[in-house]
Amino acid sequence: MKIEGKRRLWQDYQKEVADDKFFYVRSCIRQTFFPGSERAFVKIIGTELQKEINEDPAHTSCTGIGYHTDIVPFETTQTVVARQFSLMTEAGLENYVPSCITSFGLYTEILETWEHFPLIEEQIRENLYKATKRTFNKPKNLAHASDVIFKFRYEIAAKAKHKLVDVHTGRPLRVVEHIGCHYSKMFPHKGIGGAEYPYVLAGMVEAWGGEVIDYPERRHCCGFGFRQYLVQANRGYSIACSQKKFESMQPYEPDLIITNCPGCPMFLDRWQYVIGEMEKVAYGPNGQMIPVFTYEEVAGLVLGYDPWELGLQMHQVNCEPVLDKMGISYDPDLKYKGSKGENLGVPVLPEFLKCC
Amino acid sequence: MGELFDRIARDVRLEEGLNSCIHCGTCTAICPAAEFYDYEPRSIVEIVQSRDDEKIEALLSSETIWYCGECMSCRTRCPRGNTPGLVIMALRATAQEMGYFVNSEKGRQQLLLKRVIGHNILETGYCVHNKAVVPSMHPEQGPTWEWGYENMQSVFEKMGANLDGEGTGALRKIPQEALDELKAIFDVTGGTKRFDLIESFSKKAAQDEGLEFGEGLDNEYVEKLISANNQHHCKL
Repeated sequence: MKIEGKRRLWQDYQKEVADDKFFYVRSCIRQTFFPGSERAFVKIIGTELQKEINEDPAHTSCTGIGYHTDIVPFETTQTVVARQFSLMTEAGLENYVPSCITSFGLYTEILETWEHFPLIEEQIRENLYKATKRTFNKPKNLAHASDVIFKFRYEIAAKAKHKLVDVHTGRPLRVVEHIGCHYSKMFPHKGIGGAEYPYVLAGMVEAWGGEVIDYPERRHCCGFGFRQYLVQANRGYSIACSQKKFESMQPYEPDLIITNCPGCPMFLDRWQYVIGEMEKVAYGPNGQMIPVFTYEEVAGLVLGYDPWELGLQMHQVNCEPVLDKMGISYDPDLKYKGSKGENLGVPVLPEFLKCC
Repeated sequence: MGELFDRIARDVRLEEGLNSCIHCGTCTAICPAAEFYDYEPRSIVEIVQSRDDEKIEALLSSETIWYCGECMSCRTRCPRGNTPGLVIMALRATAQEMGYFVNSEKGRQQLLLKRVIGHNILETGYCVHNKAVVPSMHPEQGPTWEWGYENMQSVFEKMGANLDGEGTGALRKIPQEALDELKAIFDVTGGTKRFDLIESFSKKAAQDEGLEFGEGLDNEYVEKLISANNQHHCKL
């Protein structure tokens, strides 16, 4: 399909995203693997854009991974989500912003279920009151955190210290955008750009000077598959999905991959390492892999944040080739230093994967 | 038509996920699991739609319903707006409530998931927590994760986490009052009952086969769940 056709499709899938006063709910996986990304999000929204962003320390997991590994019943998950809404209500807020894509999909599924089955919503309200004496209002606006960054992508571009451009050649960086499946595959109208041609990350890439790569397996799952990764015996499923994507994107020579789901960047990063060690295959140029980023990390780099405070040292695939292309200065000696500058040693080098 | 079908049909996800399937196979064509496993979501929907209890019972005892990765790609492409992934979730719920899950190698893994993810949720308030991603159990995480794990406090502090701290922030300690509310919700809504059923059916399966069964992950039955693979799951 030509790009003009896609733009028309994107226009059919617009959504309203609140402008201010956000109730932010963290992601179990993003906190575990990319805590620097959540810090960057709060800084961008609160400090750079001067918006109100609130968090309640008493919020918990939405149980989404428990729900999608089928150990947690739907009724339980709905009531846990109702409790999260209760915290938002207590804070006097109505614009709910989850960091996690699984959560976002689940909140969407639950709100849709309640709309179609009001008696279920009534039951969940009774459950919540019985268990906690809490009541709640439903969010007026539900947006994933990447929707919020998309909304303010031009404001971020206006403050940019760096662009998604190779400073040595002037060439826009070629970017693979990978959207988490639960962002819009179940409810296309709840995602910016829909499910087939989501625009939420593509819009950021374009606004910040990069070029989005279209490739055959663009919409294929990263392979998390919940139980398919969490149980060791099933991990072949997970790595096979990622491998299919890497092989599909490789001919387009991407400079980087950007993601909006917290799990996808971890899998796309780690499975490149594993495939390299197992098969001696690299998907980037000269034996290098393709660096993988969260959208908060990319926004942070564009805004000039320190790569090591963003947490890029925790990626298995080195990020330095992208930093070098963007003309970002960094101190390699600080990469593996601790929070107070102390020496923590360095990770063992992989056998095949090339590190800077 | 049958009692088993009627039970599954009471799950709202079946009503949401299945209008009337025309067996076109689009879901199977787009399904990542169908590419990897010997598996067709189309066939699962066909069996459920038949309302034949005998076939449904066989399905609940089979490996088949555990192959789905719940990515929900099937929903996007189905020309009738069905969601085979939701149908499978309804089947999995019944398989656990009635004990059929212990009849398959993949189904039995529910005990492992309950003891890892379920434990995390109720004990920490997180589904996944960085302390639970132990390098020896996760070699795929690579040497960088191992380095970060060994130097957790400093590395995570540098990235802005509030590891086990009071107040807000990533990986904060979730207050006990919040964990108590979570547990109360599980008790009221059937979450605790589901966990207990997974435990009791698994214990019976272990006894039937003479396998050691204890708490946690360090016992014969659970160790087998972690890596068991009969090599009959994939197409190749």
